[in-house]
Amino acid sequence: MRHLIDITDFSVQEIEAILDLGDKMIADPAAYGDCLKGKILATLFFEPSTRTRLSFESAMLSLGGSVLGFSSADSSSAAKGESLTDTIRTVGCYADIIAMRHPKEGAPMAGSFKSTVPIINAGDGGHNHPTQTLTDLMTIRREKGRLNNMVVGLCGDLKFGRTVHSLIGAMSRYEGIEFVLISPPELKVPAYITQGLKDRGIPFTEVETMEEAMPRLDVLYMTRVQRERFFNEADYIRLKDTYILDPDKLRTAKESLSIMHPLPRVNEISVKVDDDPRAVYFKQVRNGRFVRMALIKTLLEA
Amino acid sequence: MNIDSIKRGIVLDHIKAGRSMDIYKSLHLDELECSVAIIKNVKSNAMGRKDIIKIDDDITIDLDVLGYIDPGITVNIIEDGVIVEKKHLALPQRLVNVIRCKNPRCITSVEPELDQIFRLTDEIRQIYRCVYCDSEKKKK
Repeated sequence: MRHLIDITDFSVQEIEAILDLGDKMIADPAAYGDCLKGKILATLFFEPSTRTRLSFESAMLSLGGSVLGFSSADSSSAAKGESLTDTIRTVGCYADIIAMRHPKEGAPMAGSFKSTVPIINAGDGGHNHPTQTLTDLMTIRREKGRLNNMVVGLCGDLKFGRTVHSLIGAMSRYEGIEFVLISPPELKVPAYITQGLKDRGIPFTEVETMEEAMPRLDVLYMTRVQRERFFNEADYIRLKDTYILDPDKLRTAKESLSIMHPLPRVNEISVKVDDDPRAVYFKQVRNGRFVRMALIKTLLEA
Repeated sequence: MNIDSIKRGIVLDHIKAGRSMDIYKSLHLDELECSVAIIKNVKSNAMGRKDIIKIDDDITIDLDVLGYIDPGITVNIIEDGVIVEKKHLALPQRLVNVIRCKNPRCITSVEPELDQIFRLTDEIRQIYRCVYCDSEKKKK
């Protein structure tokens, strides 16, 4: 039995197989419409996230399966003080696979130790979000036709942004990748990640403005400065508008740039950018549904 | 200074001078009923000064705890008054319930029944990471 807790749980080859299956599902969704008939996905969301939960549910329904679950800790037995591992063992009797989001880091890992069914990490605090990373990898591969040899810019909240941490981990495994990390000093990537890049000889630069990085980028991955990750409201207000992408900042960008965002956005990408052919963040959402379909099918058949 | 040699038991040798009390506590040697001798500041050719602990019984020692505290320690197993085995330690690859994760955002902060598990991720810098949240714990 396999789980997906951290994107690096899967080898490059395994990820490629999932992306290949996702591509086939996009090309011919009807061919997969019944393939998980009779299977049940449980979405255990101890922290609310409508869009991630809906993407999992949509994925399972598109494969002919069924879904059950809860969308906040208040409506689960965690509110009565049940331990996480007991909840997971119980739900494992009702469902064939679990997608789980939890505000605490490492909760899906803890759940996987005692689980009798595959666990998918649907986000654990500020730590990891591997299905978003699969979505990102699928989008980059579909847009660029490759996952190697490119300059990837990551912008915004790089400290608490779990999508950023997972994407760096995943892209680091391909040849010829260079990272440009664009953030205010307060929201820089954690030191353990930059240390890991140094140890493996992967080139990266840390800059404070988008403008100085823009001309070199093949991918620009924007992130939201999230209110809930701040202890202090004043810090949030001071930083939230610092990194806004607009048509003016894109003047020096490559024609082939792909602008990505895990969504939801607040105002970090101006709506004027939406019609630019380089903006792929809504394609990314669609890819997310298909790559989750591919993942669920793969884990259930593993 | 003379400490009687033991017939059957364990001698922890080459302890960094001053660390023997930490080890005494971490291995819960205070809970043993047999004699335990802590010998501090013994002259050593290799180390200058060292500590030694002698345990007058054949107990099971958690070598992971010991290796984490001080991988330079030698564990001598004594039977019939002679050393029958010398164990050299190394930093353990995995630590279970030896150190605790201090990250308030980690799942272990709210689920007390979970094992505290760390893995060695950087042998040279002696860095361990929590398997749940990846928080770093640098060995002191």
